[in-house]
Amino acid sequence: MTAVGIPEPGKPGWRQWLLTDTPTSRRHARAASLYQSWLTLKSNKLAMIGLGILVFLALVALFAPILSPYDPFAQDLGNRLQPLGADGHLLGTDSLGRDILSRLIHGSRITLYIVSLVALIAPIAGLIVGTVAGYVGGWSDTVLMRITDIFLAFPRLVLALAFVAALGAGIENAVLAIALTAWPPYARIARAETLSIRKSDYISAVKLQGAGPLRIITKHIWPLCISSLIVRVTLDMAGIILAAAGLGFLGLGAQPPSPEWGAMISEGRKFILDHWWIATMPGLAIFTVSLAFNLLGDGLRDVLDPKDGGEL
Amino acid sequence: MSATTEAKKGRQPPPFLSYLAKIAKTLGSIAVTMIGLLFVTFVIGRIMPIDPVIAVLGERATKETYDATYIAMGLDKPYIVQFFYYLWDVIQGDFGPSRLTARPVEDDIARVFPATLELATLGTLIGVFIGVPLGVLAAVKRGTLIDQIARVVALIGYSMPIFWLGLVGLLIFYGILGWVGGPGRVGIFYVDLVPTVTGMILIDSILDGQWDVFWNAVSHIILPASLLGYYSLAYISRMTRSFMLEQLSAEYITTARVKGMSEWAVIWRHAFGNIKVQLITVIALSYAGLLEGSVLTEIIFSWPGIGSYITTALLSADMNAVLGGTVVVGLVFVCLNIFSDLLYKFFDPRAQ
Amino acid sequence: MIKISRRRLLAASLIAATAVVPAGVSQMARAETPGNMLVLANRIDDITTLDPAESFEFAGSDVSRNVYGKLVNFDPLNMDKGYGPDLAASWDVSADGKTITFTMRDGVKFHSGNPVTAADAEFSLRRAVLLKKTPSFILTQFGFNADNVEQTIKAAGNKLSITTDKKYATSFVLNCLTSTIGGIVDKKTVMANEKDGDMGNEWLKTNSAGSGAYKVVSWKPNDSVTLQANEDFYLGAPAMKRVIVRHVQESATQRLLLEKGDIDVARNLNPEDVAGAGSKTGVAIDSELRGRLMYISLNQKHPVLSKPKVIEAIRYLVDYEGMQNSFLKGQYTIHQAFLPRTYLGAIDDKPYSLNVAKAKALLGEAGVSGLEIEVGVRDAQERIEIVQSLQNTFGQVGIKLNITVGTAKQILTRYRARELDMYMGAWGPDYPDPQTNAGTFAYNPDNSDEIKATGLLAYRNAWDPGAMNQAVEAAVIEPNRDVRRKMYEDMQREHQRVSPFIVMFQKIEQTGRRDNVKNLMLGGAITAVSYWPVAK
Repeated sequence: MTAVGIPEPGKPGWRQWLLTDTPTSRRHARAASLYQSWLTLKSNKLAMIGLGILVFLALVALFAPILSPYDPFAQDLGNRLQPLGADGHLLGTDSLGRDILSRLIHGSRITLYIVSLVALIAPIAGLIVGTVAGYVGGWSDTVLMRITDIFLAFPRLVLALAFVAALGAGIENAVLAIALTAWPPYARIARAETLSIRKSDYISAVKLQGAGPLRIITKHIWPLCISSLIVRVTLDMAGIILAAAGLGFLGLGAQPPSPEWGAMISEGRKFILDHWWIATMPGLAIFTVSLAFNLLGDGLRDVLDPKDGGEL
Repeated sequence: MSATTEAKKGRQPPPFLSYLAKIAKTLGSIAVTMIGLLFVTFVIGRIMPIDPVIAVLGERATKETYDATYIAMGLDKPYIVQFFYYLWDVIQGDFGPSRLTARPVEDDIARVFPATLELATLGTLIGVFIGVPLGVLAAVKRGTLIDQIARVVALIGYSMPIFWLGLVGLLIFYGILGWVGGPGRVGIFYVDLVPTVTGMILIDSILDGQWDVFWNAVSHIILPASLLGYYSLAYISRMTRSFMLEQLSAEYITTARVKGMSEWAVIWRHAFGNIKVQLITVIALSYAGLLEGSVLTEIIFSWPGIGSYITTALLSADMNAVLGGTVVVGLVFVCLNIFSDLLYKFFDPRAQ
Repeated sequence: MIKISRRRLLAASLIAATAVVPAGVSQMARAETPGNMLVLANRIDDITTLDPAESFEFAGSDVSRNVYGKLVNFDPLNMDKGYGPDLAASWDVSADGKTITFTMRDGVKFHSGNPVTAADAEFSLRRAVLLKKTPSFILTQFGFNADNVEQTIKAAGNKLSITTDKKYATSFVLNCLTSTIGGIVDKKTVMANEKDGDMGNEWLKTNSAGSGAYKVVSWKPNDSVTLQANEDFYLGAPAMKRVIVRHVQESATQRLLLEKGDIDVARNLNPEDVAGAGSKTGVAIDSELRGRLMYISLNQKHPVLSKPKVIEAIRYLVDYEGMQNSFLKGQYTIHQAFLPRTYLGAIDDKPYSLNVAKAKALLGEAGVSGLEIEVGVRDAQERIEIVQSLQNTFGQVGIKLNITVGTAKQILTRYRARELDMYMGAWGPDYPDPQTNAGTFAYNPDNSDEIKATGLLAYRNAWDPGAMNQAVEAAVIEPNRDVRRKMYEDMQREHQRVSPFIVMFQKIEQTGRRDNVKNLMLGGAITAVSYWPVAK
């Protein structure tokens, strides 16, 4: 932020500058509208709770080694299946005597890792397919959209399972598998946006200036599609977390001894009758984080796209 | 004949012909999607690091046995030839034998699909009967506590790892309280007691007049169906709310209110009447989702449905079963989609 | 869509309408299973066929043992006696030791009502050889093949004679005939259902044609097996008129069903659930030693893992005691030789225990540091826990163990292709003779890649047993039982020291049962479960 005329944060002028009705520059206008949105979002208590949880999660993941009382991998067979609040183990220990709290804390890193990778890959893949199909049209459009349909018609978890089963279990493959099932809706959104932009005067003008299709797609169409994709991504986050946990639960996600939450549920379900907390704690963690994403996403959508109130 | 000449003359085919063309196009696109689906599944099956012969024979087969089976399975032929052989059989309605169950895949699917259908249908019914009123209520009372509660209820539904909730539910309602039946479709004594007509035990037991079997089946299905129902409720209630908000802010509603029409009539006769078609599309989509996607629920509840059938087959490289199951699920999905598309096009004034 | 689903429903009803229902069973008490019915929960997803010439998995042999009579068999109430007469009333061995002649028992009938004759026995054994299904090696190892069965397996009157290519220990041959593949099928019924020259294989996959205590009513894959008592069973009609084996994957679920009295027997309880269920009134826990061994093996193609000192070091890096006393409690017992206890020639020596310092020293002598290896394991909870424990102890000497979990079939595919550095898994004997394990753990006559003898464990680990090959060959033809026993004992002591196999545990099956169920015999280490002696 090197623009002239931006006052330092905290001073009274800052708020006024952002709330102005008469922006002085394009950047000023954008900043002002963002600030307005933030104020709206801030008034949504549920969304703020969600945001709070996510910030907390990010901090936990960042400081995992400092926060966790034990090494998440350290086994102690003589001290296994300890109950909640047992000596030194707030959330007890699992079947190999590992501290559940420490594993949950370290598991947050895996969750964030998966979510951010999928949130990066799927929309970009969808964006490329959708914009190319929409812009080029004709046969490429038909073929690309038919492929999209094929992937849409696949049972999602089965496709992900098949993919992981084919390439081998592991976090990276789980990420790819989830991305593989997640991209088609993005492609459809991007195509719809492209179709409405393609015919606009603005694009015709750029064309007249001699820009090639590649340049038009990347420099002029992509930026316009991105905002609608972002809303969709936020709302998809919870689904991604649940899918990753589902794969982990089936033993096809993170590999042992990784403290991935879905895998922890899977390990703990064997003891569910006498030692219910082993499966319950990671379940609550997954639930809390995906609820946080949903609360935030729901609030964000109200702000960015108030008309479309319910689409998830 | 007259139609052809007319088409040539005016370049404007009569509605009847364009209707036919549309149907042909739709069927064509279904066929292409299905073949694509088969192809992708086939490729996945081939790159799977599982030796299909060992998948059939087990680990202790001798080399002679192995080689004989390798040739009997047609694995010595190029992949593309194998694929076309397979396609040819499928077109004739023959999905081949499942290696895991030693039966024709179509028989297996006829056995497992009704189980999923039963569960998904009940789940959707629960979702509709609670979700729709909840959504309408949330829209009417927008911004109030009721709206917030409805929102939280829905978001919790979206956020719940269903396999975990299933485990906990089973523990509490079956293990501790004993209010519902355990995993499986019916208790062990009730297995095989009613003749299979539809394959859906709830219906078959009524047809046969065996009420004890019926109630036992109800006690088994109620928990998994409620879980799926909750998930579908979350989606349906949110969508209902958003459709209703759109209607309630429309001019004609204001007019109706000004005219002094009762609030009940405004909401249910006018606003709700206008969202019916949209709602049916949403319900169809959510139904399709439950039909294809309850793999984890089926596993937790030992429900012998198509989701767990495909999953088990996949992990054992039983490719005939995987291909057959995927095609059926894909077909259901595509058809539900097209059905809701058509409905939308025919009844929604804005789409025309 | 609505149309399509209706069409599917129609198809479903047409195909499945044949399921016939026994009337009158529907009105029953719910709290307890009926007195003449045995209900078990078990994992039966491994059944892929019920044909005795093809069936080769645990749950399949449980069915087969109760449905098919054999020439010789084990008495479930007196297992220590070894094999005894079943459908064959007696047998003679020729002077050269190559021909065994069985005299068939009179008056035994198949479920169809046809009498059991020598011709049926001839047909069944020839069929097993000719079909060449997976377990056929159990018979073909005696030299039977498609070209010579006409001469080597022959019926005459009420006698059946089989002639082996060499002189084998008679106990070896007869032990093999007690396994599932020795089941005698009803020739008339089977051939009436023959399709395209398959000798009834397709039909027998889902139907039964035996003379045993039970007949198969239905087998629903991944769901249930239902058996109906054979009232004409030659040892007397079984007390349990109906036996239902229900597939229940989860231990916790099996336990709940058992505690509530919805089932009589739960066969897959984990240690925690055994402890939990065992404390409830009305539930009893049985422990029976089974034949399955849990072992790790090291691929001898690996440059470091093939060093004798490294192998020895790894033997000291397994926390045998710790695992046995924690997550394997009650379900596995430490065992360090390739023959399961109760087998002829089994030894109980346990020379190894966790000793990190010693392992460190051995690795130092071998000049090894910073080793990183991949272990393949199938996705079963107890196995994953075992490898995690190994990962922990290996880590203490700086060996990094990378775990690859896959489905059984994925891991086996790689194991057979000799691709894994290390394998952690189980081995169950195929038939109740020491040769079954000696012939795979200690026998690999040609170690070259081209030969693809992937059935042999020694081959899968690219291990050449050297002189032990001859020892194995000598032991199968030794007629004197005591000499034979000594041969196996010596072989195992050597194997325990030099082979790349580290046998860790032997399986104990813990079964939860309602305490009114009596005489349930699982079959020990040598055979499968028997339902006919069960009483309530």
